[in-house]
Amino acid sequence: MQPAGFRSFGERFGRRIAGGVEDFGYGALLLAESLFWIALGRWWRQPVRVQSMVREMMEIGVLAIPVLSILGFANGAMMAMQGIYTLRDFGAESQVISGLATAVTREFGVLITGIVVAGRSGSAIAARIGTMQMAQEIDALRVMGVAPVRYLVSPILVAFLVMMPVLTILADAMAILGGGMICLLELHISLGTYLDRVWAVLVPADIWQGLLKSLVFGVLITLVATGNGFNADKGAEGLGRATTRSVVLSIGAIVVTDMIFTFFLIL
Amino acid sequence: MAATAAQGSDTVIEVENLVACYGEHRVLDGVSLQVRKGEIMVIMGGSGSGKSTLLRYLLGLHRPVSGTVRLFGRDIHRLGARQWTDLRRKTGVAFQGGALFNSMSVGENVRMPLREHTRLDRNTMRIMSRMKLEVVNLSGYEDLMPSQLSGGMLKRAALARALIMDPDLLFFDEPSAGLDPVVADELDSLILRIRDAMQVSIVVVTHELESAFKIADRITVLDKGVILMTGTVDEVRNSDVPRIRNLLTRTHEEQPVDADDYLRRLTGSMD
Repeated sequence: MQPAGFRSFGERFGRRIAGGVEDFGYGALLLAESLFWIALGRWWRQPVRVQSMVREMMEIGVLAIPVLSILGFANGAMMAMQGIYTLRDFGAESQVISGLATAVTREFGVLITGIVVAGRSGSAIAARIGTMQMAQEIDALRVMGVAPVRYLVSPILVAFLVMMPVLTILADAMAILGGGMICLLELHISLGTYLDRVWAVLVPADIWQGLLKSLVFGVLITLVATGNGFNADKGAEGLGRATTRSVVLSIGAIVVTDMIFTFFLIL
Repeated sequence: MAATAAQGSDTVIEVENLVACYGEHRVLDGVSLQVRKGEIMVIMGGSGSGKSTLLRYLLGLHRPVSGTVRLFGRDIHRLGARQWTDLRRKTGVAFQGGALFNSMSVGENVRMPLREHTRLDRNTMRIMSRMKLEVVNLSGYEDLMPSQLSGGMLKRAALARALIMDPDLLFFDEPSAGLDPVVADELDSLILRIRDAMQVSIVVVTHELESAFKIADRITVLDKGVILMTGTVDEVRNSDVPRIRNLLTRTHEEQPVDADDYLRRLTGSMD
C-alpha cells in the first residue's frame, strides 16, 4: 500500500474516532439540557408541558402495547420451546420454568421492549425532528423564544422514563404467559401451577434489574433519536439516513449496554 | 458612527462589521447596517449573495466570527438567556416556507407564542388569534392543518403567527418567492398595511425587484457577502454601480477567465 493510502486510512479512522467522541459529548449535553428544563423549566418560564408529556406517553407507550404484547408472548413461547428441547436430554424439562422466569425478567423482557420501542418510536422521533429541522420549524421555535430541547426532547425523555418500565413489566408478563402456554401444551403443567413456580423462583432483584435497565434504554433511545433528528442532513436522503441511523444506533447501544450491565450485575 | 449616535433610539437594528463563514468560505464580509424605527428595510440580492445568511445572524441563530448585532440597542450575543427570550418576544419572524408546525392547526400555530409566553385564558387567545388571522385575510381557516393551505396562505398564516405578540420588529424572509404575481402583490400590500397599522419596523429579505421597490423605504443591496449600497428606492434605481445595474437589468455578469487559475482548479488536490 502506498503511504498516501495509509494516510487516508489514518485520516478516516481519526475522523471516525473524533466523530464518535463528538456524538457522545453531544448526547451528554442533550441529556443535561433536557434534565435542566424538566427540573428548572418552571422557574425559567419555560415549563415542560404535561400535555406534551401525555401525548408522547401515548405515542411511545400506549400505542406500542399491541405489538409488544405479541412479541413478548412469542419470545416467551420460543424460549420455553428451546428450553424444553435442551433440557429434555437431561430429563429435566420442568426446570425450564425457573430458567425462563429469571431470563425473561432480567434480560429478554427489557431487551425486547427496548428493541420494539427503538424501532417504533426511535425512527418516528428522528423523522419528526428531522422534518421539523428541514422545514425551519426548529428555527421558528428558537426565534419565538422557545428552547427546542425543552419543547421537543424533555417531554420525550419523561415519556420514556415513565413508559419503559411499564412496558417492560408488560413484556415480562406476556413472555411468562407465552412460556406458560408452551408448558401447558408440551409438559401438561397447568397455568396455576406454572405461575406458582414462577413466583417461587423470582426475587425482587430480578425485576429491579430489568426495570433499571429499561430506564437506561429509555434515555439512550431518546438521545440517539432526537440527536439524529436535529443533525439530519438536508433532503429526503438525509432524513432517511437519520431515521435508519437512529434505529440501528439505538438498538446497538441497547444491546451493548445490556451486556455491560449484565457483566457488572451478575459477575 | 456619527449617524448612529444622532439617530439614538430611532435605530432598532444595528449591525457592525459582521463577518460570517461557512468553513473557510466568507459568506458575510464586514457587513454594517442600520434599520430605523418604523421603516421597511429590504435586504436584496441574488442567490448566494448572503442575504438569507444575514437574516439568520440578525435572528441570532448563529454566532458570528466577528462583529456585533444589536437589536433595540442591545448586543444579542451578550444577553443572558432570559433577556434574550424577552427580546425575542418583541420580534416576529415569518419564514420563507411558513415554518408552521405541521402537527398543529393554523389557529394553534398562531396561538403558540401566546401559549408559551402569556397566561391568557383559552378564549382570549382564541379571539386574539382570530384577530390576527383577520388581518392577514385568513379568517375561517383556523381549524385547517398547514398541509391543507396553499403557498400564499401558508406565508400569510406565518405572518399572523409572527404578529400575534404585537412585535416592534418583524422579519419576513422571501415573501414573494414561489407565489404567482397577483398573490405576491397582495402580500406586498399586506406588509405595507401592517406597517401603517401597527407601527412596526420590518426587515424583508427578497430577491424580487418589483416587490422590493413597492414596499421598501430603504433597500440594502447585498452581493457576495458585501453590501453594495444602502439607500432609498430612488437612490438604488438610479445607482450607477455596475453590479447593482446588472441586478436591476437582470444581466448576467461575465467572470473573466484566468487560464492558470482554471488549470489549478481542475488539477487541484490530486496526488
